[in-house]
Amino acid sequence: MNTTLHISSPRFGGTFVAKIEQVSGQKLLACYQCGKCSAGCPMAAHMDVLPNRIIRMAQLGMEKQLLATRAIWICVSCMTCNSRCPKDIRIAEVIEALRQTVLGTVNRDDQLKIQALSPEAIGALPPIALISALRKQTS
Amino acid sequence: MKLIYYPGCTLKNQARNFDVSTISSMAKLDVEVEELARWNCCGTVHALGSDNIMNRVAPVTNLIRVKEAQASEFMTTCAMCYNTLKRANIDVKKRPDALATINEFLYQEETKYQGDVDVLHLLEFLRDRIGFDKLAEKVKKPLAGLRVACYYGCLLARPKEVAFDDVENPTIMEDLITALGATPVQFPLKTECCGAYHTVDKPEIIAERTDKIMGSAHEEQADLVVVSCPLCAFNLDFRQDDARRLNPDFYHLPVLYFTQLMALAFGCDDTALRFDLHHIDPRPTLAGRGLA
Repeated sequence: MNTTLHISSPRFGGTFVAKIEQVSGQKLLACYQCGKCSAGCPMAAHMDVLPNRIIRMAQLGMEKQLLATRAIWICVSCMTCNSRCPKDIRIAEVIEALRQTVLGTVNRDDQLKIQALSPEAIGALPPIALISALRKQTS
Repeated sequence: MKLIYYPGCTLKNQARNFDVSTISSMAKLDVEVEELARWNCCGTVHALGSDNIMNRVAPVTNLIRVKEAQASEFMTTCAMCYNTLKRANIDVKKRPDALATINEFLYQEETKYQGDVDVLHLLEFLRDRIGFDKLAEKVKKPLAGLRVACYYGCLLARPKEVAFDDVENPTIMEDLITALGATPVQFPLKTECCGAYHTVDKPEIIAERTDKIMGSAHEEQADLVVVSCPLCAFNLDFRQDDARRLNPDFYHLPVLYFTQLMALAFGCDDTALRFDLHHIDPRPTLAGRGLA
């Protein structure tokens, strides 16, 4: 039996998809869901949505669901997915575009609350850790 | 030979052992290291968004400082600084419009950046300019019997535009370690991410990463792990107690900078090694191999 799945969504190809493609510089539709990005991702165990699914959701313009995932903040841009993608999609850049979308909105939803850390904890951390964490997770 | 050197923030703080061992071992190789005047933050993580030109300002300012020092290249040892500076450099060379915007923003700078500075990592400098054969001739105390796992992490290996060796299986540090007389071990997790900045507020992720990565080195009977990144060093060394809480079978191993092993093999004294700055003290392990 042949089954044909028709995907029709007004969000498909909408402004959100165009924005993510523009900021990331990637063509989302190049992805054919091989799953290699998720297979090699060192952070996959800590993610609620795996990288290949993030790309699929981005293709489909699922803005609200995507921006609410924990996974986009768990990705540390280690670039393993980028270097292994057979279609040369830079998945890390797509995830960065999603983070920037959250951080660039009116609410500026910062993910790292530096005030919540004790002075001792901050004092023990090397500057390289603090600066990179703030750069990636705050507006 | 003279070489402009960019240390970066952490080498002046927690990773002073990386800084002093670099300067001391380079002196033994007759390379005069001159710290870049008025250097600032490298940018600390390359901004991946194509519209984020602002985050290229810090790295480009450093490239201007190199030009002001009448140099066309400079060296850094920190993997984060290397990666951020090199990627920003590649990016602005490819995008003249972005570079023009940055130069315009930096209107108070007399020197304009024109994509005319090269960023070098110390490892590629040692391989390509000194040569590991020549380097081996300077070894006073061969690290015989020492089993070393070489950890590259993300920033030396990826993306491929900044890598100076194979992306999946780099061996440049193993070649250096071999020249110093030590034995490199197989290390399948050598390019696996350590969890990076999650160390700030998600230590449970770092505990899991440290357990896996250091566990792999221990399985290959490594005596210690060498790194080129102060963030990897912090996670793999200072978070070992968290890894032990996660996995009671976790085995503590010292984590050193590759420059410390060079300084040790070249016969530098304790002030160039600063083993007092480690969480897991490497001295008992080194003494066990007759090296401390």
